[in-house]
Amino acid sequence: MVHAIEVNDLTRLFGGKKTEPSVALDHLDLMVEEGELFGLLGPNGAGKTTLIKILSTLLLPSSGSAKVLGYDVVKEAAKIRPRINMVSGGETSGYGLLTVRENLWMFSQFYGIPGREAKTTIDDLLVKFDLLDKGDAKVRTISTGQRQKMNVVRGFVTDPDLLYLDEPTLGLDVNASLIIREHLRSWVKGNKGKTLLLTTHYMMEADELCDRVAIINNGRILACDSPKNLKKLISKNTTFSIETTPFGDVNGLSSLRGVTGYSAETNGEHTMLKLVTEDESSISDIISYLTQRNAKIISFNKNEPTLEDVFIQMVGRGLE
Amino acid sequence: MIDWRLNGRAIIGRAYPRVLGVMREPSWILFDIFLPLLGIAAYIYYYRAMNAPEMYAGFIVIGGAMTAYWMNVLWSMATQFYWEKEVGNLQLYMLAPMSRMSVLGGMALGGMLMTTVRAVSTVLLGVFLFNVHLTLTQPLELTLVFSFTLIALYGMGMMFSSLFLMWGRSAMQMTSLLQEPIYLVSGFYFPVRAMGYWVALGASILPITLGLDGMRQLLFGASSNGFLPVDVEIIVLAVLAVVFFFLARYFLDFMETMSKREGRLTLRWQ
Repeated sequence: MVHAIEVNDLTRLFGGKKTEPSVALDHLDLMVEEGELFGLLGPNGAGKTTLIKILSTLLLPSSGSAKVLGYDVVKEAAKIRPRINMVSGGETSGYGLLTVRENLWMFSQFYGIPGREAKTTIDDLLVKFDLLDKGDAKVRTISTGQRQKMNVVRGFVTDPDLLYLDEPTLGLDVNASLIIREHLRSWVKGNKGKTLLLTTHYMMEADELCDRVAIINNGRILACDSPKNLKKLISKNTTFSIETTPFGDVNGLSSLRGVTGYSAETNGEHTMLKLVTEDESSISDIISYLTQRNAKIISFNKNEPTLEDVFIQMVGRGLE
Repeated sequence: MIDWRLNGRAIIGRAYPRVLGVMREPSWILFDIFLPLLGIAAYIYYYRAMNAPEMYAGFIVIGGAMTAYWMNVLWSMATQFYWEKEVGNLQLYMLAPMSRMSVLGGMALGGMLMTTVRAVSTVLLGVFLFNVHLTLTQPLELTLVFSFTLIALYGMGMMFSSLFLMWGRSAMQMTSLLQEPIYLVSGFYFPVRAMGYWVALGASILPITLGLDGMRQLLFGASSNGFLPVDVEIIVLAVLAVVFFFLARYFLDFMETMSKREGRLTLRWQ
């Protein structure tokens, strides 16, 4: 069976002529099956986008190999390109003077899709993405969310076998994100042989959508399995959500005995902590730590493990 | 093997925003047709005040029309990849299966079409407003000079597109550097021969120089102080067209390979 993506010992370095090269991907191995909706989770700078650029034939690996749909990304890029597409969150591609339809048609022409076929597909997708009423609007007049929906539509217009979506719902409102997520799921599950590689900052999105998820940090895959199995990995750990007043030295939490990972988010007068601990006994140390720093505990909850907890456990911190 | 159907569609697709996008902004009529006429008028009145031969008014009108192509090549071809990279289009072009030359070809085709509207308007308005007399005796030669000039000129623009991208922000300075001095050495507003043989010969590397000179000879006759015989100019322009096409292709491949190896150039923010 041909894997949609097959990455072996892949390394990518940047720079390095005068200084130490930075390692974006570090001997990375990854297999994605055909027909899978695969998620890639990682903090900023983890190597997600670099990996997608290599798999899209836009970047060369420094060493190792990568195959997409059975073809080598270095030697057989021309065979890969007609069958893939890529959409990034926050994209500003296209031309503001053209309408949504015209922009989509233009990009479809770069894949040689006959004009009439392209127009029919575009209209179908505009309906599915609730964008039909904006079809004849100039792109510069539509909202950021509508523009992002147009970008996602662009990814599907060429009917790729493998689609890379890099943070596709970044900055979108709940409804727009929902429409996109529903389409992603039905596209992969309703069409044989379609594969989707998704990177996202939204853990819920990955949990809800993906058949399997890889957690990547510092250019390495730390874990790769279904969200359910990943959560089982830390089922013996305990996760807590603690809301406190802001306090200093949040980083010190990581040095407490039994704390395997944490994330902290301060919003005005409140700090929201998520802690993954080896067992419940760590909680006394955590509370002592907080009270010593004059943090008032507003709420305290013990949670079932989520994908975010897995991420915190694996990476040692939350997503920035 | 080249997929002509795919690449043909890609060329039309990329030419589309150049043509329709511009037509949607009616201000182009003011900025691209009427404002350039002011500059042309200034030179015509200057020559007339000096009692220069009347054909000089015609030189200015033809020079003004061809200026439109040069400006288009500089600002909408040479710097285009740089802007396409900034908005994120370039990586989508690189991702697509078509030949990258089709993108440049589409840009050139769209640019040529729209600029021809401006150039023809300039000639017609110039002839009408300033009572310029053109004598067309050799239409085939004129067509050849004009066609080879455009092909060579846009070939050069295609080459600059990749080079300017590699030069990054210095590209803007390069554009300025290529704009004003070229007006001088290419003889936009006077016969290039007036600059002396060696300067004219050096400036002949730019297709616009010989193109202008050839068209002036064919429209204003033997007394137009031409630089080289028109037949020679046609051959040189044809050679330049081929050379610039292959150089454009070479630098495009070079730019793409470098961008994939170094992880910059085509990718946004890198």
